[in-house]
Amino acid sequence: MEINSDKESIYSSAELDCDEGLIIEEVKASSRKSIPDPDAWLDEDLKRNIILTSVDWVINWARRSSLWTAVCYPACCGMEWMASLSPRFDLSRFGMEIMRASPRQADLMITAGTLTWKMAPNVRRIYNQMPEPKWVIAMGACGISGGIFRSSYNVVPGYNKIIPVDVYVPGCPPRPEALIYGIQMLQKKINKEKVLPDLSELPNPLQKGKKE
Amino acid sequence: MTAALSAEEIISQLNDKFPGAVEEAGADSVLVKSDSLLAAAEYLKTAKGLKFDYLNYITAVDYYQYFEVVYMLTSLENNHSITLKVRCYTRDNPTVPSIRGLWQGADFQEREVYDLMGITFEGHPNLKRIFLWDGFPGHPLRKDWNQ
Ligand code: SF4
Repeated sequence: MEINSDKESIYSSAELDCDEGLIIEEVKASSRKSIPDPDAWLDEDLKRNIILTSVDWVINWARRSSLWTAVCYPACCGMEWMASLSPRFDLSRFGMEIMRASPRQADLMITAGTLTWKMAPNVRRIYNQMPEPKWVIAMGACGISGGIFRSSYNVVPGYNKIIPVDVYVPGCPPRPEALIYGIQMLQKKINKEKVLPDLSELPNPLQKGKKE
Repeated sequence: MTAALSAEEIISQLNDKFPGAVEEAGADSVLVKSDSLLAAAEYLKTAKGLKFDYLNYITAVDYYQYFEVVYMLTSLENNHSITLKVRCYTRDNPTVPSIRGLWQGADFQEREVYDLMGITFEGHPNLKRIFLWDGFPGHPLRKDWNQ
């Protein structure tokens, strides 16, 4: 590119000077006005985004919508459980498609399968490792009562003999729809839980003397 | 690959090699005496033309009068197979020599038969229960076992 020696100068050009003058005029003019509140837009959004509700409701909502499951699939019901995870039935609609290899991150145990006595201590151990609050769904005839293997010498006649069970889903194996229905029943159950103690039962210094 | 032998030919070879060891010859199975089991199994595994290099499974049957331990052998090299059987006639402490030294796959299966049927495999390096726990009463696949 050829250099035009006329324009190439160490002094600023007339246009630059002009631009600079305009900018300074503008700043000077605006300095007389008050500076607007940069957070003013928030008011509008706060109105739209903050909801007042009860602690119970929020906690129950969070708990029931993020049921993560621990791994406990000792037998054939596990296949049906895997099917419910697959796109056709899509458990992730209920916020619980994540299966946790570590029971420490799980709050739901779906016991999908026949349990032998040899395996029972391990299942109870996994259950004990899950942090509170935790729930158990007994899936399938074997999970409920031992199913067709009930009279066997090595089968636990129902998971409720070793861990507390919240929801029973019958079938051999239950269809994914049944399992999903069971999960929804559990969600309804969780929704009824009270997290906080009844506040009126707590000592209230303001009401001293009034309520005895 | 050499020619596959029929069970009949295999049994006649066994008969030639160990006269008196074969108790009963079936269509595709052979019942050998318990004390010649190890020698017969080793012969089946190593002899040229037989080469039963693969142990399909071991199982056991309770016939009340006796227990029968069943070994299914296959030669992947020669493409033939045979069922080997031994019997033990006592119920108190039935004993069969272990073939764990010949086929490693026999290890867990002999333990399974020991666990559920109560047959002792002599010479097994680690003969203990595998499905049930230590202290389980009896051996549940025996016909006379009751809960
Ligand atoms: S209930 Fe039926 S499908 Fe489920 S584990 Fe038992 S036998 Fe298998």
